[in-house]
Amino acid sequence: MFRHKLYRLDLKASPYLYVAPFFVLFLAVGMFPLVYTAWVSMHDWTLVEESHTWIGFTNYTELLKDEYFWNALSNTLQILVLSSVPQLLMAIGLAHILNMRLKGSTFWRMSVLLPNITSVVAVAIIFGQLFGRDFGLINWVLGLFDLGHIDWRTGEASSVFAISVMINWRWTGYNALIYLAAMQAVPKDLYDAASLDGATSFQQLRRITIPAIRPTIIFTVIVSTIGGMQVLAEPLVFGVGSMTGGADRQFQTIALYLYELGFSRFDFGYASAAAWMMFVIILIAAGVNYLFTRRMRGAE
Amino acid sequence: MKPRKRTYLFLSVVALLSLFPFYYSIVVASHDNSVLGQVPPPLTLGGNLMNNLERAFGEDVHMVQGLINSLLASSVITFSQVFFATLAGFAFAKLKWRGKNAVLLFIIATMMVPTQLAVIPLFILMSNYELVGTLPAVIIPFLVSAFGVFFMTQYLTTAVPTELIEAARADGCTTIRIFWHVVLPAARPAAAVLGILTFLSAWNEFFWPLVVMNAENPTVQTVLSNLSSGRVADVSLILTGATIAIVPLIIVFSLLGKHIIGGIMQGAVKS
Repeated sequence: MFRHKLYRLDLKASPYLYVAPFFVLFLAVGMFPLVYTAWVSMHDWTLVEESHTWIGFTNYTELLKDEYFWNALSNTLQILVLSSVPQLLMAIGLAHILNMRLKGSTFWRMSVLLPNITSVVAVAIIFGQLFGRDFGLINWVLGLFDLGHIDWRTGEASSVFAISVMINWRWTGYNALIYLAAMQAVPKDLYDAASLDGATSFQQLRRITIPAIRPTIIFTVIVSTIGGMQVLAEPLVFGVGSMTGGADRQFQTIALYLYELGFSRFDFGYASAAAWMMFVIILIAAGVNYLFTRRMRGAE
Repeated sequence: MKPRKRTYLFLSVVALLSLFPFYYSIVVASHDNSVLGQVPPPLTLGGNLMNNLERAFGEDVHMVQGLINSLLASSVITFSQVFFATLAGFAFAKLKWRGKNAVLLFIIATMMVPTQLAVIPLFILMSNYELVGTLPAVIIPFLVSAFGVFFMTQYLTTAVPTELIEAARADGCTTIRIFWHVVLPAARPAAAVLGILTFLSAWNEFFWPLVVMNAENPTVQTVLSNLSSGRVADVSLILTGATIAIVPLIIVFSLLGKHIIGGIMQGAVKS
């Protein structure tokens, strides 16, 4: 009898025991901060003050009137478009090539993934050097072809472009591998039949591969949107540690503005409001892109 | 489709583009600053690498402290995330309990939440417990991850046959013995891949250490950012720092790259 009871108890209680350690930690370090950020954002809360007054949604309405916030949002969206669109298009092409019967396929896969495993800070430092005004390699190459001498950090368009290049370089190979995994699940005889009909490689990519891997494309669009909205290290390092993203805030992203609010002005209440606002914008951007990518399916 | 010659040519160009920034980083790290103003800029290795390395490991840079801190923090984070993810993944994949699907869905949904959302409350908490500037501050927030649980749940669902667990139960095995003798051995390959991915992302974590650590007690990434935002642009020293931070990753990658690729591609198909 006793053994039987123990057995029942083991069966009933074990699942909860196994999830509990994860879940308790997850609630403490993952969920609690979310709620606490919302709480802080409703207060006039700075690092130095002892008391925090409840001010409701004032931080949020202030934020909507804050031109620096809109500037940061606009920069972020530009970087998002300039980085995720080329990144995903190049990744599809690259995956298509990697999906051929290549000699040394592991080597090629490793070489495209290499940029992704390195630290984003190191990458931003190296590219910051390549994009240097006076001694940068890129300006030197441009000079060889008489294409001028660009002060990459000063202009808004040029700095947004340079930052987007870093992101494209870092993430194209990663996404190519994700697409490659999806492409390998497409039945091979579809391609054989198309080849017999005389379809070119590019036609096969457009007519067979892309429709077949659409769920994966939607997935990567959403993931890169979420990532692109949070860009922080690239502009911070590119601006040599400037929290404002250049003297005229020409390449400050939302995440960087949040950092400035929280840890240069130490205005925790306002920064928390910016954090929640950023989350809402991420949800909107991801939702819009999701609907957009789905519509493309309907159009075919 | 069979690749043509120009396919390999194209892939070689892609591989060169992937490699070149790393190569260039080593090139700059092997020169002294006076060479860097030359036209054309140096494209081959110079002889000043040792001197730069000595400076990068000099006391004022705190590189050694950064490397030790990053190694310790990443190791603890990796062990903790993999262990708790395997335990929870087992419960999600193979045990019956109320609310399982709803909880799993909730955990997956939180993967959309940006890390920046948690930075301010975590900083307030860390300063309340006087942990700002200490190593536990960079470890605690990363002890568990939603991604890890998702990853292990996906893997264990197919890797461990439910019949096997039922057979073990019929033989009188307790759940903990099933976990230990059936699930853990089966989970090993996925745990290894998750471990590598977790270690890499912990090693490369930047924003939170930047907020909570300081110049005297940094991680590798904050050493780099401190170097690069110094008042005097000592380019060869900065790029030497970047090279030091990258080399361990490249070594790990050349040894385990195949598994990393497998892990990324596996995760993609199942998600």
